[in-house]
Amino acid sequence: MFDLILTQTLNGLASASSLFLVASGLSIIFGVTRIVNFAHGSLYMLGAYIGWTLVTWLGPTSGLGFWGGVGLAALLVAIIGVVIEVAILRRIYQAPELFQLLATFGVVLMIQDIALATWGAEDKLGPRAPGFKSFVILFDNRFPTYELLLIAIGPLVLALLWFLFQKTRWGTLVRAATQDREMVAALGVNQRLLFTSVFAFGAGLAGLGGALQLPREAATLHMDLSMISEAFVVVVVGGLGSVTGAYLAAVLIGILHAFGILIFPKITLVLVFLVMAVVLVVKPYGLMGRRPVGAARGTATAEPLLRPADRAAKLAGLVALILLAAAPLVTPDYLLLTLTELVIFALFAASLHFMMGPGGMASFGHAAYFGLGAYGAALAVKWLGAPMEPALIFAPFLAGIAGVVFGWFCVRLSGVYLAMLTLAFAQIAWATAFQWVELTGGDNGILGVWPSHWAVSKTAFYYLALAICAACVVLLRVMVFSPLGYALRAARDNPLRTEAIGIDTMRVQWVAFTIAAFAAGIAGALFAFFKGSVFPTYMAIPRSVDALLMVLLGGVQTVSGPIVGAFAYAGLSEQLMKMTMYWRFTLGLSIVLLVVLFPRGLVGGFLALRERRDRSDKDGAVVTRLATEGAP
Amino acid sequence: MSAVVSPRAAVADEAVLVARDLAKSFGGVHAVQGVSFSVEAGRMVALIGPNGAGKTTCFNMLGGQLKPDRGEVILAGQAITGLKPRRVWRLGVGRTFQITATFTSMTVRENVQMALISQEDGVWNPFRPARTRHVAAADALLAQVGMREQAERACGVLAYGDLKRVELAVALANRPKLLLMDEPTAGMAPRERVELMALTARIAAQEQIAVLFTEHDMDVVFAHSDRVIVLDRGRLIADGTAEAVRQDPQVRAVYLGSGATSGGH
Repeated sequence: MFDLILTQTLNGLASASSLFLVASGLSIIFGVTRIVNFAHGSLYMLGAYIGWTLVTWLGPTSGLGFWGGVGLAALLVAIIGVVIEVAILRRIYQAPELFQLLATFGVVLMIQDIALATWGAEDKLGPRAPGFKSFVILFDNRFPTYELLLIAIGPLVLALLWFLFQKTRWGTLVRAATQDREMVAALGVNQRLLFTSVFAFGAGLAGLGGALQLPREAATLHMDLSMISEAFVVVVVGGLGSVTGAYLAAVLIGILHAFGILIFPKITLVLVFLVMAVVLVVKPYGLMGRRPVGAARGTATAEPLLRPADRAAKLAGLVALILLAAAPLVTPDYLLLTLTELVIFALFAASLHFMMGPGGMASFGHAAYFGLGAYGAALAVKWLGAPMEPALIFAPFLAGIAGVVFGWFCVRLSGVYLAMLTLAFAQIAWATAFQWVELTGGDNGILGVWPSHWAVSKTAFYYLALAICAACVVLLRVMVFSPLGYALRAARDNPLRTEAIGIDTMRVQWVAFTIAAFAAGIAGALFAFFKGSVFPTYMAIPRSVDALLMVLLGGVQTVSGPIVGAFAYAGLSEQLMKMTMYWRFTLGLSIVLLVVLFPRGLVGGFLALRERRDRSDKDGAVVTRLATEGAP
Repeated sequence: MSAVVSPRAAVADEAVLVARDLAKSFGGVHAVQGVSFSVEAGRMVALIGPNGAGKTTCFNMLGGQLKPDRGEVILAGQAITGLKPRRVWRLGVGRTFQITATFTSMTVRENVQMALISQEDGVWNPFRPARTRHVAAADALLAQVGMREQAERACGVLAYGDLKRVELAVALANRPKLLLMDEPTAGMAPRERVELMALTARIAAQEQIAVLFTEHDMDVVFAHSDRVIVLDRGRLIADGTAEAVRQDPQVRAVYLGSGATSGGH
């Protein structure tokens, strides 16, 4: 028993090292630039692939070949970091943090296709490290020496980082910038150089982490997203911006994984995210993190007024609805399928918009509720033998209940922390669907979720989806302008004032979270019957990002935005998929360009144009910055 | 407790607000140590003191933003110590903040409507359009502070002085017994200051609201307060009419820095 515990502890510590390298880079970058780099997992992946190429090329059997390759790989990834920082991030440091996240997700997509094009779809099995191929016998167990090396690398890097930050001028600047960016700028430090170097350094750490991982596991195209979600967990658990916290959290997660596999093999993924949830509830800013200074939500400027639709807008909405209703008369079948999907996605996007726009709560895991709705429908059909109608009614409640539970935790946080926690919960939902094979069929999903007889035809199902989605979207819109919607906006604009006029901000946000989850569940249930099957991918990160993109594309602070965004985005990605094999690259590039060019989204950009035209009351009124008084 | 208690504070039956022996420390810093005072209906009471005297801490304990380590806050005979801000508000305390806190994505009228909705109907109705609620009442409040004409404008584009007026209208929306104003005139031009305080004094007298405000501008303090309370390093060092406080040697020492100071170090 004892030897088992020891081996698993060592295993956990070994896997913690790479995680720590990636997470500390992520954390340092966030600390200085305030950018949550979604592409950090991709840099890790690049580190592994580039390392594989270099080591193979330099000769994997010689020590110099292997270690030289690993070092060079880290260096190359650092240079790639410079390119990303200079070409993209530098232009969007002033943009809202959500757009920054989105831009880095665009980079994720681009790197995925670049890796696919360069290294192909096959996994690249890594070479063993020369000099570390043997085993040591520890308590009658064979333990690879490379693992021991990795265990040592973690604390070694931690010590190096400590030395760097405490003893060098660059490190001092990084620490100063982490605490107070404006002050460092005011002192005349070259911020551009500092930001670029920090990003390169963080990227290099990720690259090193990837290359070092080679002897343990193959380089694959999936390692980016699986690493980034774990690195998020580590950074959030450890405290954003804290390197020591990142190490502690990496060790905690690594060991949890190692023992989780022994004790609860089915729910290892769930376990990790559960720990994160618990830590965040007990210590909202992580083990070693501190409450962020200033506005946590990152909305530096005042949000624009939200006005109910004028007559022209109402008319436009009505015309659009009539056009959609008339569509089956003229469109061919395949287009009708696309339209059905678009209509469902419009509701999905509108549900996310409800919590994100008026609520100011950006969810990075909204697919969880979409997926739970889909699974709710599928499970009702498969296990209860329910026909479509009751299944459609039952399904959103599964999503809504999840919204109640997850929302309770999420509304206790704000900004990036909230976004990361929503992501964690979505990963829990995804992992449950993936690992609980008996109930959900795991990766194979649940098949045979077909609509009732009357709704089987494409046209009938289209009308069903259109009726339900249009009604729900209108209802969500009504809610935005109701007292509840106003209170939600109040809580976003100024929580201090909201509490000071007798409103329980957290409860309002909690209710809104639940409504958004419920509405997403309706969309998911329709989607299940539309496709006839459900899979864990319905809840995966890319689906959540789809929804985010739709909302951001349309513009967060407009009510019609998400619908326009859903049509624009889903239409665009479908066309792209047809046109090119490398649609991810094109999509990623479009996202990046969009963020750089239209930081307010499509409808937002249109409204801004109109505002500029209409601005007649230019009476010297000062745009007052939204300001909240920090608790002393 | 060594603080000086004014004879007025003893007359508890006419006091809207009574603070009794309030204390709060942050780590080793004793921000407020045993402060007692009271505020009567219709009166304007200024809470002054040099930076770091504990004014804002005191305020936040009264408004519910901070929980006192010790002592009691009594509003119209009812203990409200440590209640959350939203509960304190429901019991009749309006509040304005040092940095104006309004809803920038709403119009001026909607800001007031929001407070009225919260007071009258609650916020849980997800269907009824909010814009049509309490329009007349909101406009009446705005007229009271001279913002009726700008009711349709976005709060995000108002001049600072106007924003302060909106905040005052919002704070008055629940017909408060007590108005807590933290630095109401900070960042305003001198003429605007006088106007805002004169307006506040008029409303306070009209509606018999007790007003407690902190202030750095001594002209405002001496022109618009019925009584002045002076804090220094977390202790109350004087409590009396503006004139009496102006003559108080200890206050003069604190403000002018001459001679002995209160705590000494």
